[in-house]
Amino acid sequence: MAVVAEYQQPDLREPKGWRRTSNRIVTALMVLAFVLVIIPLGFVLFTVIAKGVSIISWSFLTSSIPPQVAPANVGGIGPAILGTIEIVALATVLAVPLGILGAIYLNEYGGKNWLAALIGFFSDVMTGVPSIIMGLFIFSIWVLHFGYSGLAGAFALGCLMLPVVIRSTYEMLRLVPDSLREGSYAVGATKARVTMTVVLPAAIGGIVSGALLAVARAAGETAPLLFTIATVTAANPNVFKGANTALPALIFTNASSPYAGAEQRGWGAALTLIVICFVLMIVARFVTARFARFSR
Amino acid sequence: MEQSEQNVVTNVQLPKMQTTPGAPAFETPGGTIFDVKNVSCYYGSFRAVTDVSLSIYEHEITAFIGPSGCGKTTVLRTLNRMNDLIVGAHVEGDIDYRGESLYGKDVSPIAVRRRIGMVFQKPNPFPKSIYDNVAYGPRINGIRNKGKLNEIVERSLRQAALWDEVKDRLGKSGLGLSGGQAQRLCIARTLAVEPDVVLMDEPASALDPIATGAIEDLMKEIKSKYTIVIVTHNMQQATRVSDRTAFYSVLVNPESDTRTGTLVEYGPTQQIFGDPQDERTKAYVTGRMG
Repeated sequence: MAVVAEYQQPDLREPKGWRRTSNRIVTALMVLAFVLVIIPLGFVLFTVIAKGVSIISWSFLTSSIPPQVAPANVGGIGPAILGTIEIVALATVLAVPLGILGAIYLNEYGGKNWLAALIGFFSDVMTGVPSIIMGLFIFSIWVLHFGYSGLAGAFALGCLMLPVVIRSTYEMLRLVPDSLREGSYAVGATKARVTMTVVLPAAIGGIVSGALLAVARAAGETAPLLFTIATVTAANPNVFKGANTALPALIFTNASSPYAGAEQRGWGAALTLIVICFVLMIVARFVTARFARFSR
Repeated sequence: MEQSEQNVVTNVQLPKMQTTPGAPAFETPGGTIFDVKNVSCYYGSFRAVTDVSLSIYEHEITAFIGPSGCGKTTVLRTLNRMNDLIVGAHVEGDIDYRGESLYGKDVSPIAVRRRIGMVFQKPNPFPKSIYDNVAYGPRINGIRNKGKLNEIVERSLRQAALWDEVKDRLGKSGLGLSGGQAQRLCIARTLAVEPDVVLMDEPASALDPIATGAIEDLMKEIKSKYTIVIVTHNMQQATRVSDRTAFYSVLVNPESDTRTGTLVEYGPTQQIFGDPQDERTKAYVTGRMG
């Protein structure tokens, strides 16, 4: 016992007093913040599922849109799903390659020159443009001359996606360490080769996630579509010609409708839209994991 | 740190004559690979290195040593125009590579780097499979034939003394290798394009002694085929592997408080470590400075 008394035990417990208190306060605040963020999300999901799930069926997803007075068990939202897929796919084809190429220019080629700085600045400004302004813009330069079409809607959504894709891709490219670029240059690669064979593969996971986030956001946009596709009820498989429809637009019209059946179909469309976005996110995860096979 | 450099001195003086068996360095240098004449390197308006003149000979290992900030890495990176990649970096003076001016008007840095490879301080394998890492250089230089690529990959990995460790997992990620293996993979990647010169920027500084030893053995092994220039902080390493040594030092301008690197002394490794002519070299190699 005497030996033990001489040896001073180091105190390895958590320090008492203010340090411990402040640590606990901050931890509690973070948990609180997390809960506060989760609550609205949970409510939205709960409400949409609770109100929409009863109407979902194969015929609901594929049938044509009935007049608003029709009861809930008649018709469906098929044309809106078709329109959303057409328009968003076309917008993606327009905006994602352009955005990725733009970001490659900004990060790999532009350096510090004035053009790159200018493009970067305006791309950031574009991020802040309200989506309805984008719709009006396309309305005035395209729809007034060529009429309503899915293409016009895709232009508007593409304009909204473009700055998001540029920004997210740019950030991903910046994360690629210069040592990888140097390793490639050191065996005699040209800049284009370095970008194609080393930089892009190293960043592809993040680029795909960023692009799909932009796609999911665009899929939920309503305002830019109101001016560009003119929201009809008939299915229009030709995305380049004639008025079209889409899920967000359908939700918008049905939500303000006095008829119970239309309102019910609106909830169903909302749930469908959420599921589509959710599926996109899951696809994004898988694609990212597939591409990131070699990143340890 | 002080202590270890004291040890360096004693170690250096004992085996110094064994450092270059056959010691061809004095008498019969091979062809001149690089002829560096009055070179100064700038980053923007800042002069990082000044007044470097030296010749680097074929099939020799040339070591650049010196304290931090003395510009040895900068000079190394001018030899394959790697510094072109840094915005604002430029070179004054002449560097000839096999009689051709390296910074001549129609010289392509791409072609230069194809012949003058580089291994970096931190291993930088690509996030690709081991096979694809090694085949990277040959592929971008236009080799598509599968059999040819297999042959190059095996030869390069054997040269880099890595083949036996990875031959069963060539399809696995290059990032899964240990530090020493990753660095040997990077050396294999460099050798796969069969360069004329291999520049090494402190290739062993992040490695343990065993991995370092493996890389040093490898350097001695491949010097019959390549010319090697190595930057090292480790003076023992310089004595162990190099034929010639260039000692760089820092000139401090007290007025503007700028530090500029310069070449102090260049000669056969035994002479630099055994009989340095310059006081600063003597101070450095005997551990009184840096």
